[in-house]
Amino acid sequence: MSTLVYINSNNGLNKAALEVVTYSKNLGGNVTVIATGSSNQELLATLGQYGASKVIFEASVTADDAQQLTELIATVAQAENAATIVFSHDVVAKAIAPRLSVKLKAGLVSGAIEAPNADGSIKVNVFSGKAFGSVKVTSDKKIISLLPNSIQPSISGSNCSVEAFNGTLTTSKIKVISTKKPEGAIPLPEAELVVSAGRGLKGPENWGMVEDLAAALGAATACSRPVADIGWRPHHEHVGQTGVAIRPNLYIAAGISGAIQHLAGVNGSKVIVVINTDAEAPFFKAADYGIIGDAFEVLPKLTAAVKKFKAENH
Amino acid sequence: MNILVGIFVLNLQPIEKKSKMKILVCISKSPDTTSKIAFTDNNTKFDENGVQYIVNPYDEWYALVRALELKETIGGNVTIVTVGNAADEAIIRKALAIGADEAVRIDADPTDAYYTAMQIADYAKSNGFDLVLTGKETINYNGSQVGGMIAEAMDLPFVSLATKLDAAGTTLTLEREIVGGVQVVEVQTPAVISCAKGMAEQRIPNMRGIMAARTKPLQVIAPVAVETLTTYTTYTMPNAKSACKLIDPSNMDELVELLHNEAKVI
Ligand SMILES: Cc1cc2nc3c(=O)[nH]c(=O)nc-3n(C[C@H](O)[C@H](O)[C@H](O)COP(=O)(O)OP(=O)(O)OC[C@H]3O[C@@H](n4cnc5c(N)ncnc54)[C@H](O)[C@@H]3O)c2cc1C
Repeated sequence: MSTLVYINSNNGLNKAALEVVTYSKNLGGNVTVIATGSSNQELLATLGQYGASKVIFEASVTADDAQQLTELIATVAQAENAATIVFSHDVVAKAIAPRLSVKLKAGLVSGAIEAPNADGSIKVNVFSGKAFGSVKVTSDKKIISLLPNSIQPSISGSNCSVEAFNGTLTTSKIKVISTKKPEGAIPLPEAELVVSAGRGLKGPENWGMVEDLAAALGAATACSRPVADIGWRPHHEHVGQTGVAIRPNLYIAAGISGAIQHLAGVNGSKVIVVINTDAEAPFFKAADYGIIGDAFEVLPKLTAAVKKFKAENH
Repeated sequence: MNILVGIFVLNLQPIEKKSKMKILVCISKSPDTTSKIAFTDNNTKFDENGVQYIVNPYDEWYALVRALELKETIGGNVTIVTVGNAADEAIIRKALAIGADEAVRIDADPTDAYYTAMQIADYAKSNGFDLVLTGKETINYNGSQVGGMIAEAMDLPFVSLATKLDAAGTTLTLEREIVGGVQVVEVQTPAVISCAKGMAEQRIPNMRGIMAARTKPLQVIAPVAVETLTTYTTYTMPNAKSACKLIDPSNMDELVELLHNEAKVI
């Protein structure tokens, strides 16, 4: 059995890339990586430590055109005789994996959160995180896209060989006009720590407290739906059933009531801290640690405590 | 019978070219967001008891409403398509009430994303659409699969998770989410787009729309023979959380200590 892993190494190797290589290694069999973005062979070779036996790179292909990228991955999958293809369940995978599923007639499991069960079925979130389902692929080939932060990367070997992709591809049909990437911001879906706030913060001018805590922790920021709807925060921070579903190690929610639609997107978090003035707020039922108190007082105190802790422990 | 209808439509390819957009919006049903999620038959089936179905929010709020806005500004026609049973006509009428011109129901159980996408692609291929829109994902299975699958089956470009969509002639300008940012891209029609938050605002159907929806054309067509590639074997519910530990708001050092030593997350 052979597994092909796609990674986008535009900005180096992120944790999600190491997660998918580790995951594929755990499936058993040979693991080949197809990487787009970087041509840094020294860096790509380190994927061998996480279980890859070979990395093929194609630096000229971007992640912009799903059609072109699908062609690249399908070509390599055929050449490597891959029975399974693994992605990290990010925005790129959401564009390519379904195309590839049709092209290769390979059943697609989106948003896997665990290694396959003994019967080959794979656990995924369903109903926006309100339940889990086990999906069985009935086709010969399969595609798995792994939800970020579902497994820990682990080192099991040494550097592997790296080679350039050798072949021609059609040109991209998607013309990129501009790209905006906020400096230094941690992408929410991959974040291990998240600080989130809701309507209890009263207005966008009060978000400094939230950002200060996030900066002290090295966390990403998120918000409830009404906060994004009113325009206090950007849409991509909206978490929940109709926003982003996340499963960080730590989710801190300040001034969020914990409506069922909000909980759906965050209850996969390993630890939840809730800060709310209302002891009856439904969020406390989903919390591990609760603080009944005013976010305007608690957030700065928590930020100070985190800074003190970091200063003492580093 | 139904298949004949399909063939007639095939012969009615638009003759006058462009500017007016022929748009197909794919809609799916999903349980109302407040539904209690439970399973039956030994946890192998979703328990529909007492569940109210709605149009999947991404399909309705973003894909459908943006299609209607485009039609209102540049002219054209908006068809909605769903793969589903007769019971799903309630959500079809809702989408018609919001303003779609006509509807197609492909008469089958949407057993998996591949099966569903192949049905829609087969219908769309023979009907000359400029634009095929889907929601970003459904809120029940969250696969984000159908749009990309339709695009591949039709050999069309696909822009996923678009938050803005404008059309001028045959050029579409889109804003979309990329890893850690946003991007503006251009693509030529025909194309398939999956729609996310930002693209449009929810519209509440008015009485006139609801009345008009009753008489708008709803075509039922037979499915094509397609296999499925995946199946859900069982469902489980998350473990209940143990009781929440309350911490004194003035003692944040204690919280940090617990997050470090007990929860081990920082
Ligand atoms: C179809 C549908 C889909 C939806 N999808 C989503 C979704 O994806 N994500 C989502 O978040 N919501 C979603 N919602 C909305 C959801 O139902 C709630 O309305 C929303 O989550 C509430 O946001 P909130 O908690 O910020 O605001 P509120 O409900 O107004 O809660 C504010 C909270 O702040 C507390 N508070 C006030 N002042 C302070 C203070 N000084 N310090 C501390 N606490 C304070 C209050 O006690 C209260 O609990 C959806 C709704 C529908 C109908």
